[in-house]
Amino acid sequence: MIKFLWKGIIRDKGRSLLPVIVVSIGVLCVVFLDGLMGGVMNNMVKMTANFQTGHLKVMTRAYNGNEAQKPNDLALLEVDELIKDLHQKYPNIDWNPRISFGGLLDIPDSRGETKAQGPVAGSAYDLLSDDSKEAERLGLQKSLIAGQLIRRSGEIIISSDFADKFNVQPGDTLTFFGSTMYGSMSFMNYAVAGVIRFGVGMLDKGAIILDLSDARQLLDMDNAAGEILGFLPDEHYDREITESIKQDFNAAYADNSDEFAPVMLQLADQNGMRDSLSYMGSVSFIMVLLLVFALSIVLWNTGVLGGIRRYNEFGVRLAIGEEKKHIYHTLLVESLLIGGVGSVIGTAFGLGISYLISIYGIDYGAMMENLSMMIDPVLRAEVTLRMFYIGFIPGVLSMLIGTALSGQAIYKRNTAMLFKELD
Amino acid sequence: MQPIISINGLVKTFPVGNGFFCALNDVNLKLGTGEFVGLVGPSGSGKTTLLNIIGSLDTPTEGKAEVLGHSIGELTAKESAALRNKDIGFIFQSYNLLPVYTVYENVEFPLLLQKMSADTRRKAIMEALDWVGLTNKEQSRPSQLSGGECQRVAIARAMVKRPAIVLADEPSANLDAKNSHNILQTMRKLNEELQTTFIFATHDEKVMQYLKRIVYLQDGEVERDETVNQPNRNE
Repeated sequence: MIKFLWKGIIRDKGRSLLPVIVVSIGVLCVVFLDGLMGGVMNNMVKMTANFQTGHLKVMTRAYNGNEAQKPNDLALLEVDELIKDLHQKYPNIDWNPRISFGGLLDIPDSRGETKAQGPVAGSAYDLLSDDSKEAERLGLQKSLIAGQLIRRSGEIIISSDFADKFNVQPGDTLTFFGSTMYGSMSFMNYAVAGVIRFGVGMLDKGAIILDLSDARQLLDMDNAAGEILGFLPDEHYDREITESIKQDFNAAYADNSDEFAPVMLQLADQNGMRDSLSYMGSVSFIMVLLLVFALSIVLWNTGVLGGIRRYNEFGVRLAIGEEKKHIYHTLLVESLLIGGVGSVIGTAFGLGISYLISIYGIDYGAMMENLSMMIDPVLRAEVTLRMFYIGFIPGVLSMLIGTALSGQAIYKRNTAMLFKELD
Repeated sequence: MQPIISINGLVKTFPVGNGFFCALNDVNLKLGTGEFVGLVGPSGSGKTTLLNIIGSLDTPTEGKAEVLGHSIGELTAKESAALRNKDIGFIFQSYNLLPVYTVYENVEFPLLLQKMSADTRRKAIMEALDWVGLTNKEQSRPSQLSGGECQRVAIARAMVKRPAIVLADEPSANLDAKNSHNILQTMRKLNEELQTTFIFATHDEKVMQYLKRIVYLQDGEVERDETVNQPNRNE
């Protein structure tokens, strides 16, 4: 019987074409939006992890309590030993100490007098160690718009925002004024190695980048760091793995009441990422639900029109001895087949478009300049395994619901009128 | 002759406005195996209503209609469908073939409902197409056939399951004289070879020439019931 129905679907374009087109378009939207949202989410997670949270982050409890202020006086000490322990316990994780700090950058004129000053937000990464992946992780090379990356101690990278505002070029010397982790004044001269632009407002505004060793010297933070960020292999965030590592690590310090004892957080615990991740999951679910609803209404109407067009056929089938229930079931089987075909086509197109956007991206950096969201200005979709099947849920379900509703009409058919209707 | 259709005191009324319209009134009729009978009468005489009840498409208001041992008024929808599927064939004035399917597939459809095996189906279909002389058109679509050929496909579809009864409502109304005679000859031949009971609702003179028995209906009542001893055409 299914073969028989399939032939009907293939040959009767009026029966299948419109529903297939409707389902395909709907499924395409779901698959593409899922890929796009996945891409945005992945992008957001990646950017947030790389620049702010890591997949895991170790701080002192006191630092964690005031993290927004980046209080280096509460920083971790004996960091080398702690990292060694972390490597031993969690060998697959890449652990990286980082320091965030603030201060003033002084720009001298040709006589060495202050020409201009501006507040800056500094970040120190391990850029000079051979085995460090920090420069690559932060995308420094591709964000460089002038000069070069830090290659030796005493060099600094500044944001294009700052460079433009104070007309600073690579090779110029600047003086940083700040305070050490113990509260005393600190200043140091640096040569500008390069000018950088991430394209993200919150990263580009008054940002400077130093090598970690220079920052430690500047801030008197020998063998100290504000934070130690951990990254999972292949830089791929996994909520369950990080949660398990976090709990294991924190359990070891559960009985320690020292406020300088280390505490570990995972990405979802920071920057409201747990809510963002849940929100995106809910949005996906609502999107699928809305589409099922909208498509069902369209396909209900399509089914009603199809039912009118096939009025005679159903009449003959009833007369021949097919039960109303059986006709209804065959309509549902047809809808599964049509929904399946539409879903395959929609999924193929959705994947295709998503793939193209994952390769080429959409640059919306101009709209992002004043945003404080940690997100890449080039929007890229992400092709995931889920996209191969997610479209089938609204595709098949909406077709099934639409047909189930319109097909009810068969139960209202009066067999006593068949001879009259069919003549 | 043991009757396969037995109708006693059959009354069928339909609600019309505040009252009722009596389509059949105290109809008594017995039909046996192998009959070639016509229900003849003007429009509104009750031919189609009687055909509906015999075909278990409708139920009596009063009286009893027994078809192949089944009391039509007492059958469930499922049992009615099963009776039609197994034992009753239908031929309509407008052929009502399924346009997207081939001749072969149209004839195959009733057998699919009986869940017959593919081999048995193929044999039965080819035999039915052979009866109506359309073995060379098995892959044609209804749109590629003439009216006469379409009606022959409809006959094959009605006959493929070897029903005991075939109900035909004005089967030649849409055909010219030559095609009408062709399909009536075909039905007559099947009637004689397979002993299938054919019941026609008609007021077409061409059909009446082939009938062995004519039941005249007038205003829902049997006016005359005549046996035609020597049908005019028998080829």
